[in-house]
Amino acid sequence: MMLVSFLQRAIMQGIPLLYGSTGEIVTEKSGNLNLGIPGIMYVGGIGGVIGAFLYEQHTDSLNPVLAVLIPLFCSMLGSFLMGLIYSFLTVTLRANQNVTGLALTTFGVGIGNFFGGSLAKLAGSDIPSINLTKTSKYFRTSFSGAKDLGWFGQIFLSHSFLAYAAILIAIITSFVLSHTRVGLQLRAVGENPATADAAGIRVGRYKYFATCIGSVIAGLGGLYYVMDYANGVWSNDGFGDRGWLAIALVIFAVWRPNISIFGSILFGGLYIVHMYIQNLDVSGQELFKMLPYVVTILFLIVISMRRKKEAQPPAHLGLPYFREER
Amino acid sequence: MSEPTVTEKPEKPEIPAIRLEHITKRFGEVVANDDVNLTVYHGQILSILGENGSGKTTLMNMISGIYFPDHGKIYVDGQEVVIRSPKDAFQCKIGMIHQHFKLVDIFTATENIVLGLNEKGRFSLRRAAERVREISAKYGFELDPNKKIYEMSVSEKQTVEIIKVLYRGADILILDEPTAVLTPQETQKLFAVLRNMRDSGKAIIIITHKLHEVLSLSDQVTVLCKGKNAGTVQTAETNEEQLTEMMVGRKVTLNIDRSEPVNPVDRLMVQGISCKNREGTELLHDISFTARSGEILGIAGIAGSGQRELLEAIAGLQHVDGQILYHNPKTDQIDDLRDKTPVQIRELGVRLSFVPEDRLGMGLVGNMDIVDNVMLRSYRKGKSIFLERKAPKSLAEKIIRDLEVVTPSAATPVRRLSGGNVQKVLVGREIAASPTVLMAAYPVRGLDINASFTIYHLLNEQKEHGTAVIFVGEDLDVLLELSDRIMVISSGRIAGIVDARTATKEQIGLMMTKNTKVQTQEGGAADAG
Amino acid sequence: MPADAKQARTAKEPLFHIAKRDHIAWWKAWLIRVSAIVLALVFSGIISYLLTKENPLSIYATMFDGAFGTERRIWNLSQSLAMLLCVSVAVTPAFKMRFWNIGAEGQVLVGGLATAACMILIGDKLPSWLLLLVMVIASIAAGALWAVIPAFFRANWQTNETLFTLMMNYIAIQLVSFFVYKWSVPKGSGQVGLINRSTKVGWLPKIGDQEYLLNILIVLAITLIMFIYLKYSKHGYEISVVGESENTARYIGIPVKKVIIRTMLISGAVCGIAGFLLVSGTDHTISRDTAGGRGFTAIMVSWLAKFNPIFMVLTSFLLVFLDKGASQVSTKFGLNKSFSDIITGIIIFFIIGCEFFIQYRVQFREKEGKTK
Repeated sequence: MMLVSFLQRAIMQGIPLLYGSTGEIVTEKSGNLNLGIPGIMYVGGIGGVIGAFLYEQHTDSLNPVLAVLIPLFCSMLGSFLMGLIYSFLTVTLRANQNVTGLALTTFGVGIGNFFGGSLAKLAGSDIPSINLTKTSKYFRTSFSGAKDLGWFGQIFLSHSFLAYAAILIAIITSFVLSHTRVGLQLRAVGENPATADAAGIRVGRYKYFATCIGSVIAGLGGLYYVMDYANGVWSNDGFGDRGWLAIALVIFAVWRPNISIFGSILFGGLYIVHMYIQNLDVSGQELFKMLPYVVTILFLIVISMRRKKEAQPPAHLGLPYFREER
Repeated sequence: MSEPTVTEKPEKPEIPAIRLEHITKRFGEVVANDDVNLTVYHGQILSILGENGSGKTTLMNMISGIYFPDHGKIYVDGQEVVIRSPKDAFQCKIGMIHQHFKLVDIFTATENIVLGLNEKGRFSLRRAAERVREISAKYGFELDPNKKIYEMSVSEKQTVEIIKVLYRGADILILDEPTAVLTPQETQKLFAVLRNMRDSGKAIIIITHKLHEVLSLSDQVTVLCKGKNAGTVQTAETNEEQLTEMMVGRKVTLNIDRSEPVNPVDRLMVQGISCKNREGTELLHDISFTARSGEILGIAGIAGSGQRELLEAIAGLQHVDGQILYHNPKTDQIDDLRDKTPVQIRELGVRLSFVPEDRLGMGLVGNMDIVDNVMLRSYRKGKSIFLERKAPKSLAEKIIRDLEVVTPSAATPVRRLSGGNVQKVLVGREIAASPTVLMAAYPVRGLDINASFTIYHLLNEQKEHGTAVIFVGEDLDVLLELSDRIMVISSGRIAGIVDARTATKEQIGLMMTKNTKVQTQEGGAADAG
Repeated sequence: MPADAKQARTAKEPLFHIAKRDHIAWWKAWLIRVSAIVLALVFSGIISYLLTKENPLSIYATMFDGAFGTERRIWNLSQSLAMLLCVSVAVTPAFKMRFWNIGAEGQVLVGGLATAACMILIGDKLPSWLLLLVMVIASIAAGALWAVIPAFFRANWQTNETLFTLMMNYIAIQLVSFFVYKWSVPKGSGQVGLINRSTKVGWLPKIGDQEYLLNILIVLAITLIMFIYLKYSKHGYEISVVGESENTARYIGIPVKKVIIRTMLISGAVCGIAGFLLVSGTDHTISRDTAGGRGFTAIMVSWLAKFNPIFMVLTSFLLVFLDKGASQVSTKFGLNKSFSDIITGIIIFFIIGCEFFIQYRVQFREKEGKTK
């Protein structure tokens, strides 16, 4: 039974990473290395919290549909705006991507923690901490028959709709990237923007769209974390380094969201495996937590040594593109 | 005027596919095209022949929408058109295959071909691949539509570019020096395909400076010389000598001083060097020559015939087979410089200076000021861990003064200087080391007359100081007046070494295309068959 | 075909055209930067006003008070400035070489870890001057090691250094966590506490009664040395050439791989020193937050200062001032302390945005006919 609970929890840990990495893959495919993803995921989380909080404050009897839709919308809006800031600075104003991304992370984590800590006070409410269990319950609604299906049900069917949505989004993204015209053109932008430009593709527009859509997807990871994983309780810095782990997962998944699905479960498992190892003291647990990063680095080294073309980062990742400098 | 060719399409042969009238294009002071006229019909291959810098590519770029002409008119199928962008060109069914391919490396041929297209209906790479196969079959290309670009040879990549244009329905194809990167066999295949396309009614323009290709492939030739029409002839009614004469133009007397070499000594003996690129194509083949002190050795050849590799091999930047022997005047020793790094070469006491073709990308650092750029060669001197900027500063000021470099100060980043002044800084630095061997690749490219003469003068001065000067040039008039001997290379091989005092422009022009003549005969045979 | 031609003729020209500037007068560049900062402050004032409903002027006064209000605050500000400056100076040689070292956080941490290890493990075995020396060497070695690993792979296999150094941060963090639990006092508390609290062995000595003065002086010395190194040494010159054009470096015979590795060794070593100063000279303890995000902020500081160590005094002052000031605002008005991160983010957005107007000229479409 321990394996079952391990797998179930690994999946739960993996879902925010899956959202984050799918979002970052979409972004990176356009050539934008968005290091603001950790901040964006915070904003996605806090956006949902703000929406849910205001709605819960506003009414006593929650409408289940609205209770889900309002936080969802707020979360998506928040992360969309973050993506817009990044795109405006890097694409329109041609700012350095790394600096912009890191600033965005500082900003986003700040927003998350700030509102997480001050929301109640700002709204003039006397609640000591934000506890959105009511909203969270709707988010956590899962397939009711899962319990009766034994281990299979517990591992695969016990999750909430946002978890399945993450997998669905990853599959759709994978399909769009490799089997559609839009996907082809997006990849061309990230690989060789000059060629894409010559072929009549609007490079800047693609970068904007990919970055903003990617941000929204990543932001959902934050929402899932607060509403499902943390039962609607926001704690500052609770999201931790998962944003960076999502970026690591992008490398591990060699920029393919469908591999990311399995990768996220693996990373989620690596993240919590220390809890399932007997006789491991706290310090040993900390060592285990570095596993995903070690694995990622080894992976990065291997793919750069093998020089297999398909496993490389998009060729123009992190570099600006201006037509005049062709 | 059009020759009677069999066309599948019921085109009226009297309406030309493209007609250019009085096209003029200026870039700043330079007139790239001056009142050029040109006509090409469906079912015809037209060659545009001219030396480097004669304005061939500029002219074609105006048809394909990269540049916009200052004056003149373009007619497509008899209608006047305005072409402002590559998109406009496509709408006129014009497609151009550039020398530098624009392909996404990790995509397949098909993915590259359909990139940017918005065809109606569902996106299906399989269907697109089917069409690619159809096009290949129709014209006789050999291409696997699912092969990735990075796995392809240059000729396959070129095929992808051509099919890309055909896929978009182009009726008029322009190819910019398509054979420059191909082996003789690949060239023959390409020509066969082009003939097929002509026979199915396409109008084809091919830019080239290889005479034998012109003769074996095209129906008509338009020759450009220094941006102007030098004439249009039917291929059947001309020969190499006539074309060469039209291409090189009348001899222009430049009045460059040339002194007799004073007791020349063999300084650099290059023996049998060869090298290949990553794809395995031979870039240099068994090159042997001697550069003597007090002499200017000119190197003539079509651009990309191996000049760059040759100079970089001597400078220690390119691996080659063979020997590069240097006779040290101080120690009277002979050292092999092959496969030594630039630093090792310097440590041997070899005073070798090199003015590379790529001035701001290799010879200088654009964002650094003149002093720091002058220091590039000498900064290592001395044991101190700190830089010594005093000597470089006075050297920079000396270069500015002596060579009349126009700059606000020695602290100005070189990227802000004009082309001529950039070159003066580079050449000034290279000769300041009082070299025993000075190599200069296209040192006057893009420079105005005055700056050019300053450079010629500097090279002559070096020669009089006893330096062995190797000068890679493109203007045959200059090569003939400045050099003592001229080595002509063609496709990485030596086509001959001649005395510059007695050689003629036509002679060199013919030699520049000599080695590839073998193909011409094969080509003739293929044509007949 | 004629229809196409017509369409082409009437094709709209873009509303504006962006061209790279050749040159901009220094005062214009600074005018743009200063106005960006002013704009950002106004913008932050508005946000603060919306959140607190306080008079914006009193918010600015509070910020000023938070940074300079008391002597203690001035010292704290100087100390924070020094630490940020130290890390910023450390990452600069790598950036000048166009090597994106975003692993300073980890390099600082392992430097701090090595320092703490010396204090804990051999603190009572060596005379204090020797111990301090060993600590410095250990921290330098640790930081340099952490930096040279990605450099080695980048130099030999072009392994993406941005992602590599980023991952190295988290390995360092977990490594520190591991030791923090190992060394925690009391056992199992997950905190190391003040190391050698009673003996103060391995604590950087005070000058007079100023606890941080030595830290500050060391950082100022490092900054000056780095400035000189980058501007006047042969190494610094090689770094610039490699960063500007690897092709030129090869042409002139600079061993590019060697320069990459050597430069990252230096970058990591200075990060290690920063870790030493944080543990031995500031916190006297180690935790996973010892670097405190400085490794990331430093990237912005260095970039904003155009990789000039002297300007970095200004840019790190700006960021530290904002941090301290905004913290004061949040304390005074009962806001969360993360308020300062938001303000910092906004200011940086404005500054990196304004660089565009320094680098490029925006030309709006002129009237028909004039364009020709």
